[in-house]
Amino acid sequence: MEKRDLSEILRHHPFVSDLSDHHLHILISCVSNVRFIEGSYIFHEGEEAEKFYLLREGKVALEIHSGEKGAIRVQTIGEGEVLGWSWIVSPYKWHYDACVIDDVRALAFDGKCLRTKCEADHDFGYEMIKRFSQVLEQNLKAARYQVMDVYGR
Amino acid sequence: MNSNINIDPMIPVPAHIRKIVWETEDTFTLLLEPDNGGSGFHFSPGQFNMLYAFGIGESAISISSDPSKKDNIAHTIHRVGSVTSVLSQLEKGDVIGLRGPFGNGWPVEKAKGKDVCIVTGGIGLAPLRPVLYSIFNNRKEYGKIFLLYGARSPLDLLYRVELEKWGKMKDVTVQVIVDRCDSSWKGHIGVVTKLFSYIKLDTANTIAMICGPEIMMKFTIQELSQRGVPLEQVYISMERNMKCGIGLCGHCQCGPKFVCKDGPVFALPQVSQFLEKKEI
Repeated sequence: MEKRDLSEILRHHPFVSDLSDHHLHILISCVSNVRFIEGSYIFHEGEEAEKFYLLREGKVALEIHSGEKGAIRVQTIGEGEVLGWSWIVSPYKWHYDACVIDDVRALAFDGKCLRTKCEADHDFGYEMIKRFSQVLEQNLKAARYQVMDVYGR
Repeated sequence: MNSNINIDPMIPVPAHIRKIVWETEDTFTLLLEPDNGGSGFHFSPGQFNMLYAFGIGESAISISSDPSKKDNIAHTIHRVGSVTSVLSQLEKGDVIGLRGPFGNGWPVEKAKGKDVCIVTGGIGLAPLRPVLYSIFNNRKEYGKIFLLYGARSPLDLLYRVELEKWGKMKDVTVQVIVDRCDSSWKGHIGVVTKLFSYIKLDTANTIAMICGPEIMMKFTIQELSQRGVPLEQVYISMERNMKCGIGLCGHCQCGPKFVCKDGPVFALPQVSQFLEKKEI
């Protein structure tokens, strides 16, 4: 796919739609277009977190394996959302398995490439930190809310 | 109050259980017919009745049926205490006491001509089901309808057949999310506010109605506010310890309001200052 086309796709993704042209070009230099079919795994817990994904279509479930209880699904990520933040937080390892539950079309960003760009251009790095801090904050709030078991007795 | 089955709102009338539907493992719906004629029973979506398990006590339960159907008055009940436990053990043909309806209702008239966004969790869907029936009975008078519904697990979802049916209706978006599940569930997992990511609200033209645990409502209000929905267009249903139902006993007092009489439905600006206070 042409870089120009990717730029157009990125412009419509809520996570980066308001990025400056300059920062968008940096992102595009590390992007590829990917697809995953239902039932496949995008990554597994413990593996190196080399990428993050902007979902354009489909749905992914994050799973934790808990011994005899098997896989517990704790969150789904859908269209317009971001999958993966471990690429930006040391030691850059995935904490969950990512199981595709609806065929996925996504943009995959090379984490190592982006970390190098973040080090070289701190303005760009700060933009990334701001955006991924929001993802982490939302995840943290959601996790606390789920732990409260608000619908229980 | 719009009581029309009994002149004295403090005296229960006998009501026969016509049907019992178990919605989940611990939640059931009683369809009741008052002895003095269910056909004369009128209620507004959002109102509640006091159901009396003889010899045990009363419990405030929202009416969950279609307001246009008078023959059976439905109450969806979560079995959590002594009264609801006894109610859960009754059978078809048994008699309980009924007082009501009490309180005000959801702003179904005010919502005419607008989009309606219903956000609910757990048993909170029950008092909003009559709103959906009212809208569907007068479909042309409303814009787009969004139902965002959160539950503990797929097995805890209420009205599953209806949720599927409503989701197939034109200009009706039904999004369901659960806190936890196994791999057989293909829907969303997470908190109910996450569902806002999958809908587009016309914020200026939307009336939001929220019912669920107070912490869920708090997060939902924050999300609606961030998305630009004016707070005067947001309505919530409060839950307090309702006893008399007519604003006399004070058990359900919330600041200067009596939830049983002035509520349970409030426009958010009426109660927002009290939601943040621990003592209230």
